[in-house]
Amino acid sequence: MSLSPVEGVALAEIESGTGSGGPGVKGVVGRSPGQLAWLRLRRDRTAMVSGALLVFFLLLGLAAPLIEMAYGVGPREQFQKLLDGFGMPLGYAGGVTGDHWFGLEPGLGRDIFIRLIYGLRTSLFIAFAAALITATIGIVLGALAGYLGGWLDAVINWITDLTLAMPFLIIALALTPTLTLRFYGERGQVSSAFGVGVLIAVFAIFGWTSTARLVRGQVIALREREFVEAAKASGAGLGHMLFRQLLPNIWAPILVSFSLAVPQFITSEAALSFIGVGLSDETPSFGRMIYRSLDFLQTDPAYVFFPGITIFALVFAFNLFGDALRDALDPKSSR
Amino acid sequence: MTDEPLLRVRGLTKHFPVRQGLRATGLVRAVDGLDFDVRPGETLGLVGESGCGKTTTGRMLVRLLEPTAGTIEFAGRDITHAGRRELRPLRQDLQIIFQDPYASLNPRHTVGRIVAMPLQVNGIKPPGGVKARVQELLELVGLNPEHYNRYPHEFSGGQRQRIGIARALALRPKLIVADEPVSALDVSIQAQVVNLLRDLQRDLGLAFVFIAHDLAVVRHFCQRVAVMYLGRIVEIGDRADIYERPQHPYTRALLSAIPDVTRLGPAGRIRLSGDVPTPLDPPSGCRFRTRCWKARDICATEEPALVPRDGGDQATACHFPEVAGATEAIVEEVSR
Amino acid sequence: MSRFLIKRLFSATLTLFAVSVLTFLMFFALPRDPVTGMCPKNCNPERLERVRDDLGLNDPLVSQYAGYMKGIVTGRDLGSAQGGRCDAPCLGWSYVTNEAVSDTIARVLPVTLSIVIPAAILWLLLGVGLGMVSALRRGTWLDRMAIGFSLTGASLQLYFVGAVLLLVFVYNLRLLPVPSYTSIFDNPAKWASGLVLAWVALAFLFSAIYARLSRAQMLETLSEDFVRTARAKGLAKPTVYGRHALRAAITPVVTIAGLDVGGALGGTVITETTFGIQGLGRTAVDAVRSGDLPTIMATVLIAAVFVVMANVLVDLLYAAIDPRVRLR
Ligand SMILES: Nc1ncnc2c1ncn2[C@@H]1O[C@H](COP(=O)(O)OP(=O)(O)OP(=O)(O)O)[C@@H](O)[C@H]1O
Ligand code: SF4
Ligand SMILES: [Mg+2]
Repeated sequence: MSLSPVEGVALAEIESGTGSGGPGVKGVVGRSPGQLAWLRLRRDRTAMVSGALLVFFLLLGLAAPLIEMAYGVGPREQFQKLLDGFGMPLGYAGGVTGDHWFGLEPGLGRDIFIRLIYGLRTSLFIAFAAALITATIGIVLGALAGYLGGWLDAVINWITDLTLAMPFLIIALALTPTLTLRFYGERGQVSSAFGVGVLIAVFAIFGWTSTARLVRGQVIALREREFVEAAKASGAGLGHMLFRQLLPNIWAPILVSFSLAVPQFITSEAALSFIGVGLSDETPSFGRMIYRSLDFLQTDPAYVFFPGITIFALVFAFNLFGDALRDALDPKSSR
Repeated sequence: MTDEPLLRVRGLTKHFPVRQGLRATGLVRAVDGLDFDVRPGETLGLVGESGCGKTTTGRMLVRLLEPTAGTIEFAGRDITHAGRRELRPLRQDLQIIFQDPYASLNPRHTVGRIVAMPLQVNGIKPPGGVKARVQELLELVGLNPEHYNRYPHEFSGGQRQRIGIARALALRPKLIVADEPVSALDVSIQAQVVNLLRDLQRDLGLAFVFIAHDLAVVRHFCQRVAVMYLGRIVEIGDRADIYERPQHPYTRALLSAIPDVTRLGPAGRIRLSGDVPTPLDPPSGCRFRTRCWKARDICATEEPALVPRDGGDQATACHFPEVAGATEAIVEEVSR
Repeated sequence: MSRFLIKRLFSATLTLFAVSVLTFLMFFALPRDPVTGMCPKNCNPERLERVRDDLGLNDPLVSQYAGYMKGIVTGRDLGSAQGGRCDAPCLGWSYVTNEAVSDTIARVLPVTLSIVIPAAILWLLLGVGLGMVSALRRGTWLDRMAIGFSLTGASLQLYFVGAVLLLVFVYNLRLLPVPSYTSIFDNPAKWASGLVLAWVALAFLFSAIYARLSRAQMLETLSEDFVRTARAKGLAKPTVYGRHALRAAITPVVTIAGLDVGGALGGTVITETTFGIQGLGRTAVDAVRSGDLPTIMATVLIAAVFVVMANVLVDLLYAAIDPRVRLR
């Protein structure tokens, strides 16, 4: 099933042989497996296009306040004058004008474009933070379970099974108000930072299992290798074993799963908003926007269209990039 | 023979439980009671067919495997069950070279990092700096010290094995266990690596436990040779004794398989019939009896002890050992 | 094999036990006082207190939990306010809906099953079929189309797809009735027409994952030695691909499918909300909102049972498909 060490190395040898030349040839600095993967990624057009799109989205999110200054409209400003008597935006395509590029929200009359920019910022922040935390938890638990085995492995496996058995949406629905109450009491004004924090915490509790399983499997495949034994024979401790010897060899699948986890958290945030958990309306986020917009599917399709397309493009780019990354890091997996 | 042995092994045993589900259904008697010594600077060859327990023995010696029974003493200290912390000072004196030059180097580390690893995990800072020490080691094993920053995949099998040797030398050990260090290499390269090991042994005064599956490889390298069969040592002695005056039938069979041992003549090639029995259920009495042409009833009932013959250093576990100079008789016996 | 099964079942039971304890504890940390849910505005404190007593909410947590679990195993007496005797799998009495929770579940479980089972069949056939075709026709336009389709599906959200489907087929073209649930035994045609949009939406999104997974697996298996050997031995293409390659490629698909189907059976919250169908998922959401502990417990436990059972089943299937696993 898995790539045997000899094949993998032989493959790499062949590639480096055709590229920069074997050991006999001049040039002192070698190419690491990571550099080889980077070269492959650079040659992949899909990867470059989707990667560029992602960088663009990231920059938009980071520069949201700057964009607000240049655009001249804030995310909470309401333009009631531009709505008709039923609260629907005047004009074509949901009120698209030179001032309001993507039109206005029905009801409150807020600018869709700048809210999307801020929503992008919130959603990306939540997704990246959640992916980082879950990856960390998953790596540590998975590596410990895989490397040490025995009862620790059994316990961690069982906790994984337990986490998977808890219905995520229902528990999240129950947990969020509980946490809020614990920190704010009955009538406290919930800050948006707190809402974001709760979401990340909920994702962290439920999202680590797949990384843990992945890392555990990889570590089990590696731990009998002789280079691991060599370190052990030199007296290396657990930390050195896990973080110096094993982890550098499994960055590739971890990176891929990370790049596919980010869009998952973006959509999960939206799904939670959809059942009414998550951020308050004060904090612009993709989930909130989609959720609110669905009510206007018939009356104001443009309101559904803009957030829907943006979130689709973002998630699509992430998925494309994740796939390309997998190909580049593990040339054998597809193609 | 007067100096203290560096390594002293008594009754060393490893049994692997075989499980089906949760139930243990049997025991693989991979190693079953080994006794041997290695003196400082001495090279001991450990020879035997595949599956006879050589790797298991080697891994127990460097404490990668926990022995089931027996004792291992190193430099006068019992290390049989020593923990990681207790072993720490000894690790530096006791290193291992692996069989597979591909699996034994971390593919994500540069050669420099690989060779420096033992220094790093033991917190050792050599006087001239780690890099200088690593380059010195690379030079010592015949590699270009400038290749410090390269990755394992950029080297050939022989070069990789040299990297593994440099790593084992990093802590200036007193004893190196080399588990078939050349059997994964091309024949032409085997000789180079063995020569390198021999030079290192001579220059640095290292003791070696050199594992091999035939007698040809260890011939020019080892001062003493132990022959293993199915988890036990059947014969142990000085090189000259083993190669010229083998007393155990199995040793003779192994020797006759070496092409250039022509003394026995064309008829002298001993073909062992039958397969090696499973270590799950080794034969009673002498373990070699199922394939031995000299086996008698006593061989099935009584296990021959590993005892010195003719009062010398050579010990043989056989009820009917060869008498010195009786080679011709054997040849006749076999060819009949 | 049976030893393996017993071990798995034991750990599964332990998991379910832990799920029930966690849910129980979480509920008592909920901000709502469950009693206010059942007592309209003008409740005086004494009456509230009496109701609490009746419901046993003033007993220690442990004995409340023990009572609940006892009800599931042996049944128990709930008192006249809660419908009296409650038989063996007693899931308690909901003071929000004023009915036995087992009745609620009996009503909504068939709804969720009717959504998930046909959808799962659809998405598995579609996904694995697409994945295999694109693996066998690698590099052709067919392959690219399949990849594109699956990436699109994987990047879409169910509520979005659902909303668009509703808009097009129900409101604009008026080809389908507004989604609703009718029992298949009463009227199969109405059953299908009321749920078909949910099936299609679920299948579109889920098949994407399966297409990608089975394509990758298939490609990997096709390059493996035993397939090449089988081809070299002169076995016909369909035999090799169908019997040997598919068998090996399907194993990881089975794992994911088990978890997905198990998870979906535990409540398709988003699907049910999008299409306005009252199944297990929506019932659970409503229960959380109204602080209806017995219903929350029941839905969470049922969801967990499905996931855990799916896990055990996957392990067994694994052993059946892949003989290597049996050696464990
Ligand atoms: N972890 C283990 N569990 C069970 N049995 C084992 C294990 N490791 C080794 N064995 C068994 O112990 C016996 C000795 O194995 P070992 O690897 O020591 O042989 P070897 O002499 O090194 O053979 P080779 O020349 O093939 O390397 C074999 O029968 C092997 O199957
Ligand atoms: S003891 Fe008997 S069986 Fe064993 S080697 Fe000697 S003669 Fe052969
Ligand atoms: Mg070996």
